[in-house]
This record gives sequence, C-alpha cells and structure tokens, in this order.
Amino acid sequence: MQAQVLEGGFANLPVDTSYAFRAIMTAMARPGEIAQVRGATPPAPMSLAAGVVVLTLCDPETPVYLAASHDTQQVSDWITFHTGAPITQAQGAMFALGAWDDLPLADFPHGTAEYPDRSATVIVETQKLSNNGTVLCGPGIKDHTHLSLPETQAFQANATLFPLGLDFIFTCDDRLAALPRTTRVG
Amino acid sequence: MSDYNFAYLDEQTKRMIRRAILKGLAIPGYQVPFASREMPMPYGWGTGGVQVSAAVLTPDDTFKVIDQGADDTTNAVSIRRFFQKTAGVAVTEATAEASVIQTRHRIPEQDLRADQILVYQVPIPEPLRFLEPSEVETRKMHALEEYGLMHVKLYEDISQHGDIATAYAYPVKVEGRYVMDPSPIPKFDNPKLEMAGIQLFGAGREQRIYAIPPYTQVVSLDFDDYPFQPTKADHACDLCGAEESYLDELIMDDAGGRMFMCSDTDYCATRRKQGHVGAQGVPYKEDAA
Repeated sequence: MQAQVLEGGFANLPVDTSYAFRAIMTAMARPGEIAQVRGATPPAPMSLAAGVVVLTLCDPETPVYLAASHDTQQVSDWITFHTGAPITQAQGAMFALGAWDDLPLADFPHGTAEYPDRSATVIVETQKLSNNGTVLCGPGIKDHTHLSLPETQAFQANATLFPLGLDFIFTCDDRLAALPRTTRVG
Repeated sequence: MSDYNFAYLDEQTKRMIRRAILKGLAIPGYQVPFASREMPMPYGWGTGGVQVSAAVLTPDDTFKVIDQGADDTTNAVSIRRFFQKTAGVAVTEATAEASVIQTRHRIPEQDLRADQILVYQVPIPEPLRFLEPSEVETRKMHALEEYGLMHVKLYEDISQHGDIATAYAYPVKVEGRYVMDPSPIPKFDNPKLEMAGIQLFGAGREQRIYAIPPYTQVVSLDFDDYPFQPTKADHACDLCGAEESYLDELIMDDAGGRMFMCSDTDYCATRRKQGHVGAQGVPYKEDAA
C-alpha cells in the first residue's frame, strides 16, 4: 500500500461531512441543481466530488462497485482505507462509481416492491456538468430545469420503473448534481 | 467547543441516517426503515426528528424548534438547547431567520423559502396502522398500492358524522403513488405540504424516515362529493386579530370564558409588533412578555 492511499480524507470529519451531506441532500431534493463541495483529494481518476460523496455516505455497511474506468488498486485501496466499504460485484452494490459507458446499469439492485429503497446509488463521473441539455421535470423541480446528461433513454427507462429504480449522482471536478428515479427526462 | 461529537450522534449513525434521507427524497412518501438510536430523551419527545436534525445540521445553520406552533414549550426549548450545546448552532424563534426548523405537529404560518428545511417529529408514520396492525400487511398494501381501506375509513367518517371528521394526521397521497401520514398536523396545514422547502420526517420509536422534496404533488385524500376542506376555529386571534392563522383555544376561567389565539407564537408576536391588536389583546410593548 502506498502512502498516498492514506491521504486525501476529510481534515475535520464531523464538520466536513455535514457540509458535504447538505450539498448532496440539496442536490437529491432539487434534481438538476449543481452544488460545489470540498475537502477530499482522492486518487485519479476519481474526481474530488466523487471522493466527497464516497467519504460522506459509504462505510463498512455499503458495498461499493467500481466500474472498469475506476477499478484501480489506488482507488479501491483509498476507499477501503478511508471508509471500510467492501468492494463488490454489481449485483451486490449499494453504491457504484465510474464513467457512464462502463456502468452495467441493469445489474445493479433496483429495489423490491416492498423495499424500493434497497437500490443502488450510482455515482457517474462526467467530463462536463452544466445546466444546458436535457429537460428535467418532476418532484423537487419548479416547472422545469436542464442538465447535461450523458444520454436520455436510460434515464427515461429508469423513471418508468418507479417506485423502483436507480438514483444517480453526477460528479465533475468539485461539483455534483443528482437525478433521482422520480425525475422525468426529456 | 463541547465534549460531544458534532450534533451528538457518532459518524456511522449519521451516515446511516443520511443514506435513509437520500432514499426518502428519491422515493417521496415512502417510509425508509432506519436503525433508530437511543437518544437522551424519551420516545415520544421527538427522537426521530432529533436524529434527522442531527444528520442534517451544519455549523452555519440557524435552528428553530416549534411544538404545536410554539417556540417556548418544554419540548421545544430542550431540543433547541440540545443542539445549541452539541452542535454549537445559532438558534432563533423567528421563522424567517431559521435555516432548519424542527417541528412537532405544525407547519409555520409563514411560507418557507427554498433554502429552509422542515424536520417533522412523527409518532406513528404508517397511515394504515390503525386500520391494519400488521407491518407485513401494510408493507404489502403499499407495494400493491392497495389503499381502499383508507377510503373506507374516510367513508365511515362521512356515514357517522356527516362529513370527514379526521381533523389531524389527515392522509395524503404523494406524487400520485404513496399514501403518507403527514404527522399529526391539523388538516388546516395540509395544503402547505406543497412548498419550496425540503420536508423530512423522522419517527424514532417506529424507526422510519420519509421525505417530500420541494414542489412535490401532495394531495389530501377525499371524495368528489366530499372534497377535502382545511378547517380552523371560526374565529380571529384574540391577541393579534389574525383571521387566516390556525388557532388554539384556551379556557380562561371556570365560567366558560375562553380565548382563541394563534398556535404559531412567532407569527402572532410578529403581527403584534407590527401593531395588530385582537379583541382581548393589548398593544405590544417591548418589555412585556
């Protein structure tokens, strides 16, 4: 294990996670709204924002799936050291992390009719994140808003599964936005 | 700096609660199970709301607690002091100044802004519980969207009382899917459940968290010929003269003397400061109170 793996966590965990969670929660409650976060320096190719999300939400109770783009020794060691989260297959993931093209969406848990909350939260690393692009409407959005999504069809299909489905957090540098299953896309 | 971890709870507990809050926001009205902790107050005193507040608060927040609309009851004062001590947050009684408001059984009269969060204390989160005691059954009913029983209950209200007699904890349907208990707020408050702020619900003893994101459709259940009607005492506030606010009735003596006043103490005090005077009120003075 390289020393680098031991660094890059929050300096003041209780306070840093409280700000980070507020940003993530606001993003999830207001789909399309872009929030800025700080405090984590994860190893490449993980973005700062993805690092913040993992440090804030993951622990030994949350198996994490790493897509091919992020399945490196450095990343998995960093997550293991800082959160204790087990790295797992797609079928058992509570969180998934990676680039859009590498994520096997169909394999992640989508929840059950009685427990729709038992579904994966997918952290999608993107190159750009802006309020230009696909039209979004639904809970949390007044009228409508726009967000740059990697594609449209997958999110439309996901929304039709409601109340089952996946919830997405998009991360880019130090910014993040979210797209829960309730959002109607396009 | 206090000797407590920030906002009392340990980090692993907060992470577990935070994950439940996110799933609650993603599935509006669905009750997410969570591993509720013992809190340094008895069940029924807002342990669910306190745990949600602890998971949500940041050091920059200004915190307000109301109990049936009042800032100055024992429950409200002790929860406010709890977070003053364990999280070091600023506290206020003014609705407009608060960023996080924990509430027991009221929604403030003043409309909440987009940057405000309302945390409800919930005693019984399951709207079907008094109709069906089995959790296995009610969970199945939610899964199958089988809410006929709730309509039968409202119908029985009508056949017994002539109209829907349910006056508080009036069931709502969220985003056309889940029937939800809005906690025992008066049905007068139901129309305000569609708001700009984020609403989080915590039930400590029953171990459930649920949520309503901003601008989410919340419909109070009713019938075409018996539409939902928010009700309040047909009176104006005797202290501030407000005619639009929800009122508490106070018995004044043994001779049947009574007085109506706003249940939202901050709303009432603000109006009195502005010079409004009710039928039994006196003009506001700075050092009165």
